[in-house]
Amino acid sequence: MAVSFTIRAGTYADELVKTAKTIASPGRGILAMDESNATCGKRLASIGLENTEANRQAYRTLLVTAPGLGQYISGAILFEETLYQSTTDGKKMVDVLVAQNIMPGIKVDKGLVPLAGSNDESWCQGLDGLASRCAAYYQQGARFAKWRTVVSIPNGPSALAVKEAAWGLARYAAIAQDNGLVPIVEPEILLDGDHGIERTFEVAQKVWAEVFFYMAENNVMYEGILLKPSMVTPGAECKEKATPEQVAEYTLKLLHRRIPPAVPGIMFLSGGQSEVEATLNLNAMNQRPNPWHVSFSYARALQNTCLKTWGGRPENVKAAQDTLLVRAKANSLAQLGKYTGEGESAEAKEGMYVKNYSY
Amino acid sequence: MSAFVGKYADELIKTAKYIATPGKGILAADESTGTIGKRLASINVENIESNRQALRELLFTSPNALSYLSGVILFEETLYQKTSGGKPFVDVLIENSVIPGIKVDKGTVEIAGTNSETTTQGFDSLGARCQQYYKAGARFAKWRAVLRIGPTEPSELAIQQNAQGLARYAIICQENGLVPIVEPEVLTDGDHDIKKCAAVTEKVLAAVYKALNDHHVLLEGTLLKPNMVTPGSDSPKVTPEVIAEYTVAALRRTVPPAVPGIVFLSGGQSEEEATLNLNAMNKLEVVKPWTLSFSFGRALQQSTIKKWAGKKDNVPAAQQAFLARCKANSAATLGKYAGGNADAAASESLYVKGYKY
Repeated sequence: MAVSFTIRAGTYADELVKTAKTIASPGRGILAMDESNATCGKRLASIGLENTEANRQAYRTLLVTAPGLGQYISGAILFEETLYQSTTDGKKMVDVLVAQNIMPGIKVDKGLVPLAGSNDESWCQGLDGLASRCAAYYQQGARFAKWRTVVSIPNGPSALAVKEAAWGLARYAAIAQDNGLVPIVEPEILLDGDHGIERTFEVAQKVWAEVFFYMAENNVMYEGILLKPSMVTPGAECKEKATPEQVAEYTLKLLHRRIPPAVPGIMFLSGGQSEVEATLNLNAMNQRPNPWHVSFSYARALQNTCLKTWGGRPENVKAAQDTLLVRAKANSLAQLGKYTGEGESAEAKEGMYVKNYSY
Repeated sequence: MSAFVGKYADELIKTAKYIATPGKGILAADESTGTIGKRLASINVENIESNRQALRELLFTSPNALSYLSGVILFEETLYQKTSGGKPFVDVLIENSVIPGIKVDKGTVEIAGTNSETTTQGFDSLGARCQQYYKAGARFAKWRAVLRIGPTEPSELAIQQNAQGLARYAIICQENGLVPIVEPEVLTDGDHDIKKCAAVTEKVLAAVYKALNDHHVLLEGTLLKPNMVTPGSDSPKVTPEVIAEYTVAALRRTVPPAVPGIVFLSGGQSEEEATLNLNAMNKLEVVKPWTLSFSFGRALQQSTIKKWAGKKDNVPAAQQAFLARCKANSAATLGKYAGGNADAAASESLYVKGYKY
């Protein structure tokens, strides 16, 4: 439908649409490997490794060279360091990904800072110089971007925090599109809190209404974006747990009420769920056809067991890559609604919720 | 709360879904007394109650026509009228599985400080009126907001005012058991091209859905009645396929899948144009999670009224004409309209500059 893109379309319209569609292809999702150096340091520390560039390079090499990863992974989000890095074999990370049929993406936000005048809430920085940064990342081979802001239910959320989160995302999305990058729009509603699933549902509906309204005001072209929402679940400290079917019911209702069909893909974040939980919930959402591709953009829920299996040892690389492929395949099946959950390890079922988690 | 879950929620969802049944659509027969007077005048018929009743009886008793309709929008007077045999119109409709609806707005007035932009009136006692209408058998309502395209129009004020008005009307309806048809009409008047119409339509619909969400309206219990995206009335025409592409693209960008049906207004399009455009939209191979159907006034009644000309002897022929248009539009909702069975009347443009209901 080429004719419709003349409304709200910039120079890169056709390419953005193509990129978004490719990332949102059936049976595939995103590997989020864009941990900042500080956060990556926490991961490495958990397996007794020092936070050096060499170690970060070794770990990311392990991930991007997993054979056949592109069968299940359509895009990989990178941190800036990694975008400009080479593998331990001397090949550019981006080239390895492209050869694997995986599109390189780039985290472009500059993290969360306290939001003045709010109820102890945060806002996300990164708009200054964003246009030229996006242009440079495009030159380097990135084709999509990611910006993560958060909303906290125990802190309100205040109308101010929600408005700022939505407006910041809308501004970022417009700038990214202007410079050739498909923006992944991520307003994470944090798991922290003892609230029930109804409250999460209420907040999520408000947040997404704001996000779409401001994106419309900023003339963002929806056929060239992807969304990265949190699933609708009870808070981590809520006494009542929800089944995957309940999570699916609430989350799908949210999507049906707020997401226009022009958006090609919805790639859920895992936010502290265990590897298996994240897969089960995704699978439950794909039991019937949806008007958009409903998939994953997981970091911890794809990498956790892999990281532990590697433990920093070269002799463990193959075994670690195998576990990564196991998780990638499981989520691929979940995207198709065909995951059965057989043969999952105890490790994979372990929750990864961390209170007050900061990237 | 995040969406309205009052005592009528289940019924609203069921009603909206039924009205959006593929293969069916809505007859907009809610012309106010003043407006229907213009129709009658065009065939030299006096604007008295018995004539208004006669026209509506002609429509509602057309053999087989009702099977192509899921709803009929009525004006208040008609809601309480009967056939010449004494049967309430509402009963005639319900017995034929057609849901009665009711126009609840009280027309437009100018917004001070704008360049002749308008807002819609009708909030006073709206809740109580809706309750009465529900008792009388109505199960859906309609409220028409109007925006126009100009060098500086629609203004932010006009968009916000009309969006808020539609949202407030919608939630009051839902509180009282009526499915609200949300109608933000962007007029065709002007020499703008189709792209301009598309941009304005998208902006207006984004504001409308933001307002509906802010007012906790249950989207699954609503219907949308938008304009099709077309060039301005003073601009060169384009094909139905082009209208279909721009219209469906605009809707895909603004209307969440929770809305079960989109029932287009015909504006000033001829009967045949409106049907061809609707058909082209339903043929488009792209994901459309809502039904695309019709809520036509003039585009269903024009030839029928002409054929009737106020004479009893003409009723059967007029009813045939009405049936033909209902059938054609039903086929169009399925993308199966073969076209070409339009006579001169059906192809006649119904555009009136500065049209006022």
